[in-house]
Amino acid sequence: MDPIFVVLIVLAIVIVGGGVAFVATSRDRGAPGEVGAGGDGGSTALAEPPGDTLVEETPPEALEAPEGAPTPEDRAPTEELVRPSFRERLAKARSTFSGYVTSVLSRSEISEESYEELEEALILADVGIGPTQELLDSVRSTVKERKLTTNAELIEVLRAEMKLRLEAPTELVRSEESPTIWLFVGVNGVGKTTTIGKVGRRLADEGASVVMAAGDTFRAAAAEQLGTWADRCGAELVRGAEGGDPSSVIFDAVEAAAARSADVVLADTAGRLHTKTNLMDELAKVRRVADKGSGSVTEVLLVLDATTGQNGLNQARQFAEATDVTGVVLTKLDGSAKGGIVFAIRSELGLPVKLVGLGETAADLVDFDADEFVEALVAVD
Amino acid sequence: MFESLSDRFEGIFTRLRGKGHLTPQDVDDVLREIRLALLEADVNLTVVKSMLARIRERAVGEDLSRALNPALQVRKIVLEELTETLGGETLRITYASKPPTVVLMAGLQGSGKTTNSAKLARWFRAQGRNPLLVGTDLQRPAAVQQLRTLAEQVGVPVFSAPDDVVASGVGDPLEVARAAKDEARALGRDVLICDTAGRLAIDTEMMEQVRQISAELEPDYTFLVVDAMTGQDAVGVAESFNETLALDGVILTKLDGDARGGAALSVKEVVGKPIAFASTGEKIEDFDLFHPDRLAGRILGEGDLATLIEKAEQAFEAEEAEEAAQRMLEGTFTLDDFLEQMQSIKKMGPLSGLMGMMPGVPKEVRDVEIEDHHIARIEGIIHSMTTAERVDPDIIDGSRRSRIARGSGTSAGDVSQLVAQFRQMRQMMQQMGKTPKRKKKGKKGRKGGRVTPKGGPKAPKSSFQLPTREEMEAQLPDALKGPGGGLG
Repeated sequence: MDPIFVVLIVLAIVIVGGGVAFVATSRDRGAPGEVGAGGDGGSTALAEPPGDTLVEETPPEALEAPEGAPTPEDRAPTEELVRPSFRERLAKARSTFSGYVTSVLSRSEISEESYEELEEALILADVGIGPTQELLDSVRSTVKERKLTTNAELIEVLRAEMKLRLEAPTELVRSEESPTIWLFVGVNGVGKTTTIGKVGRRLADEGASVVMAAGDTFRAAAAEQLGTWADRCGAELVRGAEGGDPSSVIFDAVEAAAARSADVVLADTAGRLHTKTNLMDELAKVRRVADKGSGSVTEVLLVLDATTGQNGLNQARQFAEATDVTGVVLTKLDGSAKGGIVFAIRSELGLPVKLVGLGETAADLVDFDADEFVEALVAVD
Repeated sequence: MFESLSDRFEGIFTRLRGKGHLTPQDVDDVLREIRLALLEADVNLTVVKSMLARIRERAVGEDLSRALNPALQVRKIVLEELTETLGGETLRITYASKPPTVVLMAGLQGSGKTTNSAKLARWFRAQGRNPLLVGTDLQRPAAVQQLRTLAEQVGVPVFSAPDDVVASGVGDPLEVARAAKDEARALGRDVLICDTAGRLAIDTEMMEQVRQISAELEPDYTFLVVDAMTGQDAVGVAESFNETLALDGVILTKLDGDARGGAALSVKEVVGKPIAFASTGEKIEDFDLFHPDRLAGRILGEGDLATLIEKAEQAFEAEEAEEAAQRMLEGTFTLDDFLEQMQSIKKMGPLSGLMGMMPGVPKEVRDVEIEDHHIARIEGIIHSMTTAERVDPDIIDGSRRSRIARGSGTSAGDVSQLVAQFRQMRQMMQQMGKTPKRKKKGKKGRKGGRVTPKGGPKAPKSSFQLPTREEMEAQLPDALKGPGGGLG
């Protein structure tokens, strides 16, 4: 089928369908369907901006005794960053999984039920039916090949296969010449702004000078939110007018960073659904323009919410197409969600997970570790 | 792209055709495909299991083997089962006899509570109410400011902690909640919408906090805000929130993406509370009461003409579209009109997504990769034509053709191909306008073949029939047909 013809047909159906709808409705309610007349590309309507970030939770003491408690601003710079353990933070995510693992281990030998239970566990972890079956098929063949008989061995093989699928270098690349630009992209509400704040804190602790670019010019108060983070980690904030052109904000930030010989520019972007062509075009432009100035983009990080289901793969695909994504940041992994969609994203698109968010504090954003992740997930409590 | 349920059935039922009866094995095959389809749509596994049990019961009871078209029959059963699960009672807001009517918004981080609080405020205003927004998210930096900015857009006041307390990041949400009702009464606001901080369902302290806020406010309605893209975890989250807060309904957000939204089905099935509202777009007015019937088709990956038309309404100028449709049906549609419509259609999202929403489009057509440069090429060709050529493409002769090709950087073959296909489309459209019933042509087009431009217009080369106008109208939801069905 020739694409042009398909385009024509789509067009025809939509026009006529739409026309019919108008005929049917306009009689009743005057002029229907408010029109996004300016919705073409550029700086107009961006995606819906629901609370785009993680919440920064103050410790419980602070909630109870606001007066005596130190403010986050006081606290943050002095606070020692202690790396949390995957095992501890994934405790909730593991609860369902460990039930299945325990059940499998209680069987005397490897049976079809063992596989069925593992399949359920993986599906419930959002791994997705396709990747789950593929994963279990290779587990099956390994078990057969090595003539394994116990379920403990089966679980071990499963872990090894899962690790194999996720292992990848997690290093965030810096360019040879400063400033390095890291761009953060993703749909609405996954935690882009918060992630930037935490990455900024990490870089600051390493002694790097950071400029944050408030490229989310759409969501109300996004720049203020980033500004709060910038204050906390002593980074400089470059922002434009609300509703302004994100490309130019980020370009300006790069130039400002170059002028002050700052090391890294962390560029925020507005959350957008991957299905909005004009917004994805805008993002592609942001990516291109960011490279045009005095720095170079070495990382484009797709921020992904661990609660995301099978739609995550579509997200990753579209964002990768628009911006050459280099890696994934998996956020909110400290809840009950398991983020299993990263398996599909890794195998289908080859995108590695680079960072994971295991909690609310800056220290909780850590390098991804496939070993630790799988061990923590597929475990018995 | 996921396969739709119909595509999945195609294989099975072709195999079954000609068989006198369905064996239990056949039924299992069918159920396995349904299971896959539901899981890919993020319906929770436990929900899938219970639905499959119900579907099996009905499938056996209705004796599929006697059905003329078992595929359609099964599809109907599944759709009905989904609609039933999703549907039930639609939420009707009743207002408190002693104002204000209090609404509490709760949910995970990033699900869209703040934005949808403002959207809900706008909705209440449209109902003739005077809402007050209350910001108790004192933790996320600038959350209250975000609420204020949005509230300003909808012309609703905001009540929260004093600015310096908000800025400190350690304000007490309970204190705000405590004072909110009096504030609403003092301001004469009859609806109070309380935005809360996002929290993980497993965070006991934060859940206790929201329970206390709820105890303080005694809300008439408590809504859980759920992201349409949520996976298997949605059920657990909804259960936890329901235990803590006794939910009244769910607000489904980010439904304008391509997520199937199976999470919504799971939540409804497990918690038993209706999906009250859905947010279907980026603009503050893209928010309305939920239509459960639409989601059923979407979960199965089938056509969703209602949503398609809604999208069209947003992208097209109403009057222009109506005129264009009229001209199209009359056959007086010009390439200029075409260009204009094409530009509008680009605003509706990727064409492949739109194709997926169209009912009755065969798989091979849907799978054609259409990329932006294809459209750009068409645009380029039309842009290189003179006005006269756009109105009457028939005047394009050899020399005009090569001029257009040069101007658009394409070949003369491309130009005549476009013209020929445009002509065909116009003809087909004209037929649609005339024929009250679908013509039984059933003429299969040559799949994958290029349409040769030689000779005059031929019979339509599509391998499927366009729906007739009547069929389209029949597919419209009642809300679009009847008066006062405000969808926009």
